[in-house]
Amino acid sequence: MQDAPKEIGRRRFLRRSASAIAFGTAALVLQAAKAEEPKPVDDPMRVPGALPRPYGERSPFEKQQRLGGAGPGAPHGWGTNAPNNFNSGTPIQDLHGIITPSALHFERHHNGVPAIDPDRHRLLIHGLVERSLIFTVKELQRLPAASRIAFLECSGNTWDGWRDAQDVTVQDLYGLMSTSEWTGVKLATLLEAVGVRREATWMLAEGGDAAGLDRSVPLTDDILNEAMICYGQNGEALRPEQGYPLRLFLPGFEGNINVKWLRRLKLGSAPFMTRWETAKYTDLMPDGKAYQFSLVMEAKSVITYPSGQQQIQPGFHEISGLAWSGRGRVTRVDVSMDGGRMWKAAQLQEPIIPKCHTRFRLPWRWNGQEAVLQSRCIDETGYVQPTRQDLVKVRGTNSIYHYNAIQSWKVERDGRVRNLYA
Amino acid sequence: MDGYATYMHKPMVAGIVVLLMALGVVSFGRSAEDGTEYGLGRPATDEEIRAWNIDVVPNGEGLPPGKGTVKQGAQVFATKCAACHGATGTEGPKDRLVGGQNTLTTAKPARTIGSYWPYATTLYDYIHRAMPFNAPQSLTSDETYSVIAWLLFQNQVIAEDAVIDAQTLPKVQMPNRNGFIPDPRPDVR
Repeated sequence: MQDAPKEIGRRRFLRRSASAIAFGTAALVLQAAKAEEPKPVDDPMRVPGALPRPYGERSPFEKQQRLGGAGPGAPHGWGTNAPNNFNSGTPIQDLHGIITPSALHFERHHNGVPAIDPDRHRLLIHGLVERSLIFTVKELQRLPAASRIAFLECSGNTWDGWRDAQDVTVQDLYGLMSTSEWTGVKLATLLEAVGVRREATWMLAEGGDAAGLDRSVPLTDDILNEAMICYGQNGEALRPEQGYPLRLFLPGFEGNINVKWLRRLKLGSAPFMTRWETAKYTDLMPDGKAYQFSLVMEAKSVITYPSGQQQIQPGFHEISGLAWSGRGRVTRVDVSMDGGRMWKAAQLQEPIIPKCHTRFRLPWRWNGQEAVLQSRCIDETGYVQPTRQDLVKVRGTNSIYHYNAIQSWKVERDGRVRNLYA
Repeated sequence: MDGYATYMHKPMVAGIVVLLMALGVVSFGRSAEDGTEYGLGRPATDEEIRAWNIDVVPNGEGLPPGKGTVKQGAQVFATKCAACHGATGTEGPKDRLVGGQNTLTTAKPARTIGSYWPYATTLYDYIHRAMPFNAPQSLTSDETYSVIAWLLFQNQVIAEDAVIDAQTLPKVQMPNRNGFIPDPRPDVR
């Protein structure tokens, strides 16, 4: 006992000197780390490679990043913009296939990403139910699990489409969407456990973040069949930005209603009319009325290569992009190289999954002449992705949300690719 | 949104029946009625539900005791809200809260509380849970009612001597109450 203070003092001293040394050598360490970054060896067959490590990282040669954003018209990026950012977009121009790496999944949160201890987190289900129940995360993980690969898209994705065409990248315009494998419990399993009363037709979902984000979910057939309470994303736990440890997932529905950090579900007989479904996430029409509960993300597609601000050379290119529909499967994607006069069906990458990004590809030989590249998605309901002109004719330009018009990329003679409204 | 309620009712029941069959739940040994097939989850106590149940709906359910006036609200707003929303609720830099009447059909619509929000109760639900941005859930119910009173007065929705509480707030008629229509999409053909 007597030695204790001395011991602590000594430890403190050691810690202090250690940090002093660390501080003093910080520059050196940083330099070393920098030097270590891409460390190509002349001949990797003649040098032993790196040892196994507990948690993998991508090759130091890969630099793709999410793009920070602060809303329509605001400057994008990190650096000095970082404090204003409330979302970040996926670098879809750099991705292959359909899955978004979890670390690059787009973000949108309304008062930061909460740090939640999963052992302390609870989900309460109450309201118009026979019995109100509280679940721990571990309990939910013991229930029968379900998994599906599906896209998630912020309904504000491509909101700049309502404004004049800016010279931007596809990540700027379309980055607020991603695709993951989502794993969790079916909502139906939980609703059955609490015993939903006949008069329950809506459900409030509430997040445990500093925004306490709350949304009303209509209990339609689709939702009762497909909604999930997720704890898994691409095989591991949800990322904190994606709602760790629990989120609601409603395949095909606008991002905002997929409530993250889920702490409460309340069954009711009418929508709860939260700020997020009245003041926000409603689509203002030219006559001053607004669409409300416009939850489904309609069919949409975009060419990710070649795309905005890229530079291409004459010769062979494989046009590649993503198509998706919140109403089901993508059945066809047409691609035009002349601004929509002639269309050619693209190849669709299997498997084609309902309410999921579908990769399309089409070989193209660029002859060095001006070209306007477009893609058009058709889904299993027969819905055809509209032109911008047709969309704006009906909805005007004040909607903010749910822009899904055909995207045009103009390839200039010098090979520069530019955002264009054709 | 009443149309939604009646429309949703039957499909929901049908959906649950289909689901129970699909999941094979009906073949489980225990009755679905007692909800204990899996023996997971524990009953929530009334006290727990009270603590978690913070939402407020258009008929006023969820509104706590307490009250506020425009005058008190002016003080609350000046000290806790004006830094982000401006001295009169119009200057920003964050969301504009006041004014904007007759702008919804123009090229620059201002979606404010007065011009756009359909329900006054939403103010309580949102402000109480999420504001001020740097200290959510820090306002007392009196402060919340007061700042709501001030915002509604600034938007010319209530009189300067109005008192806002659990009884009066749900009765406030918002100017854009009928400004919303249920999702008609697909609307572009």
